[in-house]
Amino acid sequence: MDKQTRNEKYIEYVEAKTPKAGWFTSLFHAFVMGATICCLGQMFSDIIRSFYPMMDLLTLGSWINIIIITLTILLTAFGCFDRLAKYGGAGTFIPISGFANSIASCAIEFKKEGLVFGIGAKMFYVAGPVLVNGVAYSLVVGIVYFIISLF
Amino acid sequence: MKKIGLQTYEIEKNISVIATTSLVGNKEGQGPLADYFDFIEKDDKMGEKTFEKAERTMFLKALSDVIKKAGLKKEQVDLYVGGDLMNQLVSSNYVASELQIPFLGLYNACATMTESLIVGASMLEAGGAKNVMCATGSHFSTAERQYRYPLEFGNQRQSYAQWTVTGVGATMLSSTHSSNVKIKKVTIGKVTDFGITDIANMGAAMAPAAMETLSTFFEETKTNQKDYDLIATGDLGKLGSDIFKDLMKQKGYDIETNYIDCGHMIYTIDQDTLQGGSGAGCSASVFNSYIIKKLSSGEFKKVLLISTGALMSTTTNQQGDSIPGIAHLVMLEGK
Repeated sequence: MDKQTRNEKYIEYVEAKTPKAGWFTSLFHAFVMGATICCLGQMFSDIIRSFYPMMDLLTLGSWINIIIITLTILLTAFGCFDRLAKYGGAGTFIPISGFANSIASCAIEFKKEGLVFGIGAKMFYVAGPVLVNGVAYSLVVGIVYFIISLF
Repeated sequence: MKKIGLQTYEIEKNISVIATTSLVGNKEGQGPLADYFDFIEKDDKMGEKTFEKAERTMFLKALSDVIKKAGLKKEQVDLYVGGDLMNQLVSSNYVASELQIPFLGLYNACATMTESLIVGASMLEAGGAKNVMCATGSHFSTAERQYRYPLEFGNQRQSYAQWTVTGVGATMLSSTHSSNVKIKKVTIGKVTDFGITDIANMGAAMAPAAMETLSTFFEETKTNQKDYDLIATGDLGKLGSDIFKDLMKQKGYDIETNYIDCGHMIYTIDQDTLQGGSGAGCSASVFNSYIIKKLSSGEFKKVLLISTGALMSTTTNQQGDSIPGIAHLVMLEGK
């Protein structure tokens, strides 16, 4: 048996043998966690609204983001957020909480290597690809929008 | 040293394991082997500012203890061989600088324990050196930082991933002092690559290497699994050891009854370590505690220790290359 067939057979065998995470449970956990975060956001929004009924939606949205980000960073600093994320998966990562955690955790982690080459250089170590993705997709969407607006 | 076969050597001198020390972190200390470890550190920072410094402190504590236990002075230790998982073997280098014992740094990832035992025994066989200290270790937090994500980053691990052991194991070998436990044979493994690219599935990447080394040892010594009381692999984890047993069965060896994996046995299932322990400190801490104590007490007479290493680099892995594995075997005999 040549090396390539041996490897192919082995990889096939390993894939069959490797336990798969139950998709239904992960989906359910992500749903619960994501929904909880969104409900929290709604709750803060309602509270702010009750004090400032005239506040416009954009300003209100910014306040909710600030609150969720601050809470996430606090939880990250106290070492609790990774436990929530272990349960919630994408449910914690997709809302702005995931983004805040990825930056805060890097800042905490690389503080030991100094302000410039530690925090400065590595703060976006995990969040960087997300930003690049966001910029790249908004460029594509922008071009599509421009073409549509021509007609 | 007499060469028997292509990869196996017989040790001709009387080389004894005269002292061992195992030091582990808090999580390992809550596992099923807690009673066997010499030191269980509650603080995984060892009172230091960084995890890298903590790893060094762990090494220093374990090495100073093994020298003391062997009844030797620092000057009587002719050589220190070993390594760790950090880039440039920083932990071992700083400790060797502190101890001022001649040092050979070795890297075979998690197979460094048996690698250093083989190099140490060879130096004693060659004559000249009388006492050689072999040590390896790893730290969960330094390995996470180097190989994966920041510690507080919230992500889900794959269900087949493993957990790096925080621990150090040190062994003092001697050709002049004697003890119940002796190194008899060694097999130097070949780097084996069956094409696994998933960095989380290290057990699957290393299992073929362990199979190659163990089956070569059996062929070259004309023995089989029934001739040994215990066959222990380093850190294949639960999934990896299941694969390893399957591969050995295909070779015609049924090792079900007297086989353990150090990574699988160091944690219990409720410790949330998924497939079990990994890291250079895994086989090092289990060998220098559980296995050596059972050998000294006479419960085991003949033991095969096969430390397994996944020789991956984050750079080549991100470039899509596969993960080569290696496994070295040491055969030990008690009285």
